[in-house]
Amino acid sequence: MTEHTEHTAEHAEHAGYGTFIKIWVILVVLTGCLVGVSHLGQTAAVWGLLTLTPLKAGLVFYYFMHLKYEGPLFKVVVLVTLGTLLIFFALLFSDVAFR
Amino acid sequence: MSGHVHRDDFGARLGMWLFLVTEMVLFGGLFIGYSYMRYRYPAEFHHGGSELNATLGIINTLVLLTSSLTVVLAIVAVQRAEKKRALAFLGTTLGLGLVFLVIKGFEWSAKFHHGLYPNSHHLSTLPPGEQVFYGLYFTMTGLHGLHVIAGLSVLGVMFWWVATDRIRQDRYVHLENGGLYWHLVDVIWIFLLPLFYLAA
Repeated sequence: MTEHTEHTAEHAEHAGYGTFIKIWVILVVLTGCLVGVSHLGQTAAVWGLLTLTPLKAGLVFYYFMHLKYEGPLFKVVVLVTLGTLLIFFALLFSDVAFR
Repeated sequence: MSGHVHRDDFGARLGMWLFLVTEMVLFGGLFIGYSYMRYRYPAEFHHGGSELNATLGIINTLVLLTSSLTVVLAIVAVQRAEKKRALAFLGTTLGLGLVFLVIKGFEWSAKFHHGLYPNSHHLSTLPPGEQVFYGLYFTMTGLHGLHVIAGLSVLGVMFWWVATDRIRQDRYVHLENGGLYWHLVDVIWIFLLPLFYLAA
């Protein structure tokens, strides 16, 4: 590594082409699984939606958006946002459930 | 190089992430609204989903996933001072973004031909649940489409800046931030595919 002056230590270790191409292959395969699962009936489709979709989004966040190579602050910012959305989701459905 | 140019790449990326977080909340609110409406009108959402062209939705998913890959590969190329390769990757991203919009255009115009567009007479004759489904469909894919156009504009500038060496091996945070925006647009589509096109 030649650049040790301007970049933080964790950001200096750049991933190569191969890493991202592998992630892309996984994302395509997961999309195929999602489409396949959606043909297996309503329950399977909903479970596919709830598991495979966040997994795909997570891979994009972690690798393509370089969260893996960022410090804890960026991860906390994203997690707090997702947590807030989850709280609103839970509040809405707790209201709906007792109507 | 003069050592007095003020630059804070960490701060620039943090600022971008804070903006992206507001985008996540914007779409998150719509996703929460969708989930409640689907819970309330399951049969109508099922029927609405069956009216959408799943093949076009899946093709567009592959198009956006690949365009995300080429952005991130463009960053690797810039990090390695491979300018031609970076321009090729970014050019591919711009092309794929346009392909996405063209496919989206065909899809929407097919809906329009069937009398399905916001506030249309035909839409007002459908059951309330289907009206809500199409309302959310046009709102969410439309808002996403605007984000695609914005992302393409930003990446178009990035292409120009790489070509003119304003973005280069020792300064590429603009490209990283432009890429971050494009990836978020991709992530939103990752959720739109199963919610609308695979809903049936």
